[in-house]
Amino acid sequence: MHFSIAITGFVALYIFMLAAFGGWVIIGNVPAILHTPLMSGSNFVHGIVVIGAIYTLLNASTVPEQLIACSAVLLGAGNVAGGYAVTDRMLAMFKSSGKQSAKHPRAVHAKKS
Amino acid sequence: MLIFISHLITGAADLAAAFLLMFGLKRMSSPESARSGIRVAGVGMLVAVLACFLNVVGVSAAARPHLIVNIVLAATMLMIGVGLAWWKGKTVKLTAMPQMVALYNGMGGGAAGAIAAVTLIGRKAEGPALILALIGGLIGAVSLSGSLIAWAKLDEVLKQPLRFKGQRYFNALVFLATLAVAGYLVFIWQGGAAPLLPIFALIAIFFGCGLLFGVFITLPIGGADMPVVISIYNALTGLAVALDGFVLQNPALMIAGMVVGAAGMFLTLIMAQAMNRSVSNILFSDFGDATKHKQGAIKGSLKPVEASDAGIFMRYAKSVIIVPGYGLAVAQAQQKLYEFVKLLQAAGVEVRFAIHPVAGRMPGQMDVLLAEAGVPYDLIFQLADINPDFATTDVALVIGANDVVNPAARDDKSSPIYGMPILNADKAKKVYVVKRGQGKGYAGIVNALFYAENCNMVYGDAQAVLVQMIEAVRGLGAAVA
Repeated sequence: MHFSIAITGFVALYIFMLAAFGGWVIIGNVPAILHTPLMSGSNFVHGIVVIGAIYTLLNASTVPEQLIACSAVLLGAGNVAGGYAVTDRMLAMFKSSGKQSAKHPRAVHAKKS
Repeated sequence: MLIFISHLITGAADLAAAFLLMFGLKRMSSPESARSGIRVAGVGMLVAVLACFLNVVGVSAAARPHLIVNIVLAATMLMIGVGLAWWKGKTVKLTAMPQMVALYNGMGGGAAGAIAAVTLIGRKAEGPALILALIGGLIGAVSLSGSLIAWAKLDEVLKQPLRFKGQRYFNALVFLATLAVAGYLVFIWQGGAAPLLPIFALIAIFFGCGLLFGVFITLPIGGADMPVVISIYNALTGLAVALDGFVLQNPALMIAGMVVGAAGMFLTLIMAQAMNRSVSNILFSDFGDATKHKQGAIKGSLKPVEASDAGIFMRYAKSVIIVPGYGLAVAQAQQKLYEFVKLLQAAGVEVRFAIHPVAGRMPGQMDVLLAEAGVPYDLIFQLADINPDFATTDVALVIGANDVVNPAARDDKSSPIYGMPILNADKAKKVYVVKRGQGKGYAGIVNALFYAENCNMVYGDAQAVLVQMIEAVRGLGAAVA
């Protein structure tokens, strides 16, 4: 048994298709009030590119490769940290007035059942 | 054995990260759970980044002599990048949020492009992976330079859209040149032909053309359309990350990237819909050229009133709907506005906020700015939910908004914004418009609402006007007591 991963051909296409569908559905019912934090939140999520950058730098063997991979790690790290900081700051500000929120169906639609 | 364990751990960590990122994004789609959502996603990211360093045990033979240097470099770059971006993200003003998102997005695109570049230089991919590395690199490069231009425009470093004759043909030419270089690279690698230039130079030309294309396709787009452009580049960066994920055989990158790609596309379409324009129209038309449009004759006149009179009128109204726009944010008057609203509420006036989907420089930006001032989100209503209520409302107070309340979008077929859904502020019994001067809106169109029978203009800086309104209403209270 081995745990290294090999993704080829159609398996890759299946992953891409399901992930795209997932992304579409996940965002599908977001209220407009959260569009800005959500854009910046998804911006943070693609910051996962930083792990690809670290992997690439660890496997770099020539100076040009090292230099370019260094910039990849630097940029990716900026993407992740900045995306998180900005999103968290914005989301911390959303507060309810504490009144019964039945008047405002959009804000509570995730809680309805 | 060591490699086996490291694969097991990194594999499990990436799986957990992919789950937590998606789960977090899902939780971000409701104001109540949104904060915990970003935290969950943050934990997932941290796990993935830490586990990633376990890859040291399985590096390729060629890289083994450089391993120590590479580890030190990776840790240093990571710390510098995280430190700078964290500091900037925590200190930047909230009104500057859109350009920060553009900047961070460009960095992600640049990282994706750089990963593809290393893969190509080291020839670490064959067949389909090679082609996907080229595509991913190109998208990443376009996203990097395009996002930087978007950042410069939003930050007002670049003020005018740059347009010249035959721009579209020029852009097409640059794009075709990029594809040609890419095709040539594949031809050399797969066909074994001798290259005319050193491979390294060809790769540099390829990325140079990609960067250039990103610059030239973004330059002619007007500032008002930047939100849509950022959203598109956000989706593109996601796509580039997903493609890199395939090249590096990392499913976490594939999934997270593709989820963002799809989500970004979805957001883009929602925004385009809110402006009643197609995405290609936003990207390829020179919107905002008011010279092309002949203004219909406007009846009525502008009727200015004092801020204090308007404030007192609202104090005795039953219901008020406030329509805030970017002008409010520019004047930094959100706090004063909420202070005024609390005074009205104390006097028994029903106050609500109506937000247009594209108010501000980014969809949802006004919601964030009001939240910053402490306005509870259940007072904030979106277009479709509140539009029917304007007709039964005593006063609509428009602050720093213009195009989103222009009735021409409903009535005037020749108007460039015809068909865009607007807030029907003109249907209220009384409309007050707080405005700096008599200038036009972002789209450069005269607003018929300002000349309407039931509309009065309150000229002045939003902050100063609100202070006067607050004082007038407080003065009333004192006189009664």
